[in-house]
Amino acid sequence: MCLAIPALVAKRLEGDDALIDLGGVRKQISLALVPEAVEGDYVIVHVGYAISRLDPEAARKTLALFAEVDALQGATP
Amino acid sequence: MKFVDEFRDGGLARALAGKIERAVEPGRRYRFMEFCGGHTHAISRYGVTELLPESVTMVHGPGCPVCVLPIGRIDNALALALEQGVTVCTYADTMRVPASGRTSLMKARAAGADIRMIYSAADALRIARENPAKDVVFFAIGFETTTPPTALAILEAERESLANFSVFCNHLLTPAAISSILESPQVRGIGTVPLDGFVGPAHVSCVIGSAPYEYFAAEYAKPVVIAGFEPLDVMQAVLMLVKQVNEGRSEVENEFVRAVTREGNAKAKALVAEVFTLRRSFEWRGLGEVPYSALRIKPRYGRFDAEQRYGIVYRSVADNKACECGAILRGAKSPRDCKLFGTVCTPENPMGSCMVSSEGACAAWYTYGRFRDREAA
Amino acid sequence: MSGAVRKDYVRPIDFKGGRVDMSHGSGGRAMAQLIEELFVAQFDNDWLRQLNDQACFAVPTGRMVMATDSHVVSPLFFPGGDIGCLSVHGTINDVAMSGARPLYLSATFILEEGFPLADLKRIVESMAAASREARVPIVTGDTKVVEKGKGDGVFITTTGVGIVPEGVEISGDRARPGDKVLVSGTLGDHGVAIMSFRENLEFETTIRSDTAALHGLVADMVKAVAGIRCLRDPTRGGLAATLNEFAGQSGVGIHIREDDVPVRPEVHAACEFLGLDPLYVANEGKLVAICAASDAERLLGAMRAHPLGRQAAIIGEVVEDPYRFVQLETGFGGSRMVDWLAGEQLPRIC
Repeated sequence: MCLAIPALVAKRLEGDDALIDLGGVRKQISLALVPEAVEGDYVIVHVGYAISRLDPEAARKTLALFAEVDALQGATP
Repeated sequence: MKFVDEFRDGGLARALAGKIERAVEPGRRYRFMEFCGGHTHAISRYGVTELLPESVTMVHGPGCPVCVLPIGRIDNALALALEQGVTVCTYADTMRVPASGRTSLMKARAAGADIRMIYSAADALRIARENPAKDVVFFAIGFETTTPPTALAILEAERESLANFSVFCNHLLTPAAISSILESPQVRGIGTVPLDGFVGPAHVSCVIGSAPYEYFAAEYAKPVVIAGFEPLDVMQAVLMLVKQVNEGRSEVENEFVRAVTREGNAKAKALVAEVFTLRRSFEWRGLGEVPYSALRIKPRYGRFDAEQRYGIVYRSVADNKACECGAILRGAKSPRDCKLFGTVCTPENPMGSCMVSSEGACAAWYTYGRFRDREAA
Repeated sequence: MSGAVRKDYVRPIDFKGGRVDMSHGSGGRAMAQLIEELFVAQFDNDWLRQLNDQACFAVPTGRMVMATDSHVVSPLFFPGGDIGCLSVHGTINDVAMSGARPLYLSATFILEEGFPLADLKRIVESMAAASREARVPIVTGDTKVVEKGKGDGVFITTTGVGIVPEGVEISGDRARPGDKVLVSGTLGDHGVAIMSFRENLEFETTIRSDTAALHGLVADMVKAVAGIRCLRDPTRGGLAATLNEFAGQSGVGIHIREDDVPVRPEVHAACEFLGLDPLYVANEGKLVAICAASDAERLLGAMRAHPLGRQAAIIGEVVEDPYRFVQLETGFGGSRMVDWLAGEQLPRIC
C-alpha cells in the first residue's frame, strides 16, 4: 500500500514539524516518527508524516547497481 | 524530483529488462506476487509488464487496505455519521467504496452527513479541536505505514484531554496477510497456484524492517525481495527474485536499502505497541477471517476507541456470489476469469474489493491494461 | 456613476461591508440598484446601459456558433484567477474551439443570501477586465438570489455566440488515422492551483491557474492551417477526457508519448504528493488540436509564435482502432491505457 514520496527537509519548524520540499512544492509535515532528521536530509513522507530517512549513499549504490554490466551483457547501451 | 526521477529512467529500464531476459532459464516459468498496492500501481502506470519477459508473471496481492476493508466496516462508519451525527474524518480512498444499501461515504455526504476528507491524522485532531461541540471520529485504515500516525494522534488527544475525538480502528498487518495467502489451499496444500516469491512492500518495510519476512522465507521456502516504490526498483527486485529461484535460495533480500533497514523504525514501532494490541481475528474482504491480522486500541486508551464509545456492532456483508475477488487476491485467478469483470463490475460501479481502489488487481487491469485484451483477441 | 447618490435611491450600495439579501433578486429597487451600480457600471457598454432585458445586435453573415458554461468552482478566488474571469474565458474558449470568432457574451448570477458584496464586486471587476481584454462584451444577463444554504456563494453561467469563417470545419468527429495530436502548453496548472487552496490540502507553491481566453491563438492557428480537424480545451477530466472524447467521436484510437506532454516540474511534484495524474487534471487556458500530419509542423510553428502557445508540442498521433483506446507510451518504456476518469479524481493515501 501507500503513497509515499521522498522529499527534502527544507526547514525544521516548531516541535516536530518541518517544511518539506518536493520539486519546488512545499508542505508542512511532522517529523515525530523520525525526530533525528535535520535540514538537508531526505525523508519518505506518508500521510503527513516522515516514516524513514533516505540514505543518499545507499541510493547512489542502488542506481549504480541498476546500471551495472552483467557478465553476459558486455557494454551498457 | 530527486530520488524519484532517477528511479524512473527509461535507459536503465531497458538495461534491466535485458538483464532479466538473460537471467530467466529457458523453459521455466516464474510467478511473483507483489503484495503491495503501491507496487501494483507502479507496474500498471509505467507499463512494467511489457518490459518483463513472457515467462515472468506478476500476480497482484491483497496489499491494498481499501480493497480488503469489509463492507460491514464502511457500514459502521456510515452509521456513525448518519445515525449518530458524528463528524467522520476519512482518507479520500474510502469515499467511493460502495457500502450496503447502494450508498457510500460520498453519497452520504451529498445527503448531508458530515464526512470530511483529510490528508493526515493530524487534520482529524484539528477538526476535533476546532469543533468542540461535535463528536469527531477518525476512520483509520491502512497497513503498518499508516498506523504510527494514528498512534500519534491518539497520544496527542490524550495529552490534550480532547473529549470529542475518537478513532474507528481498521489497521491491518502485512505479515498476517502474506501468511494467509501462503496457507491457503491453493498455494500450500493443493499447489495449484505456484508462487515462486514475493516482492515485499516498500513503505510498510520502512516501519517494520526486513526482519519480519525472514519467517516466511524460511517456513515456506519462498524468496522475498523488498522493493522500493519506483518502477526501476520493481524491476531490480524481479531480477533478484529470478536469481534466487534459479539458485534455489529462499532468502530475504532488501532492494530498498536507501530507506529500509533490518530493524525498521524503532520509534514508530514503539508508538504502535504503546497504543494498539492484536485482534484475535479480523475479516478481510475477499480473504475471510484472518487470525492476528489486525489491531485494536488498548483498553488504556479505550476512551479514544470509537467502537467502545459508540457501541459499534460489526455485521458481515457478503459480496456478490459471482465475485471472484477472493481467488484473485490469492493469485488463483485473474480479473478476466471473473464473469462480472468489465460487465457489471467496473471502476464506476465496483462490485468487489479488487475493483474498488485503483490499486486493486481488477481496477489496475481495467484502467491501465485492458487494451491488451484487444491484442490477444 | 458608481457611488453616486441618486434622488430615487436611499443610499449607494455598501460594497465594503454589505451582503446579498433576498431583495437583490426580487425585481425591486434593490435589484435595479445592484444591476446599475455593479453590473452595468463594470461591464460598461451601450447594450447594458439601455437597461433592457435583452441585447440587440446585427450578425455578420456566416455560420453562428453558440456555447454555454456554468461555473461552480470552489474556492472562488485562487492563484492566477477567480470564478469571474474563469467564466468569461471558459465560454469564449468553447466558442473559439469551433474555429469561430467570439462576438458577445451573456452572464447570469445565482447568488446565495449572505454572500459578501465585496467579493461579488471583486468577481465582477475581474469579469469586466477579462471581457475587455478579450474584446468580447457582456451584453445581457440576469440575477437571482437563493436562500442561505442553497448555493455555494455564487454560481455563474455564461453563454457566448460567434461566427465561423468560411472553409473552417472543426469538429471532434473529424480525426483520421495518421493525423497528429498537439497541445498548446503545460498541463495540469489550473487543477493544481485550485487544490493548493482547498481545505486540508494546503501547500506553498508558485503554481498559478492558466485561465486565459484562447480565441486569439485559435485565430492564428486557423489562419496557418485552415483544415484543422479537431480543437478542444481540456477542462474537467483533463487531457485524458478530451482524447477519449475525440477517439469516441471519431471512431479511432490515439497514441501519445508521455515524454512529449509538457508538464511543469512543480505540477509533477504536486501531483506526486496527492497521487494524481497530470493527464486528468483540469486546464483553463490550453487546447488540444488534431490536424493532418503534413500540417503539423506548420501548426506547431503558428502556436509557438503566440504568447499562449509558447510551449506547444506534438504529443502523438491518431491510429486505427475499433476499440477507440487512448494509449500512452510511458517515459519508462512500457505502455498503458489512458482511460476515462472513473468518478472524481480524489487525492489518495494508497
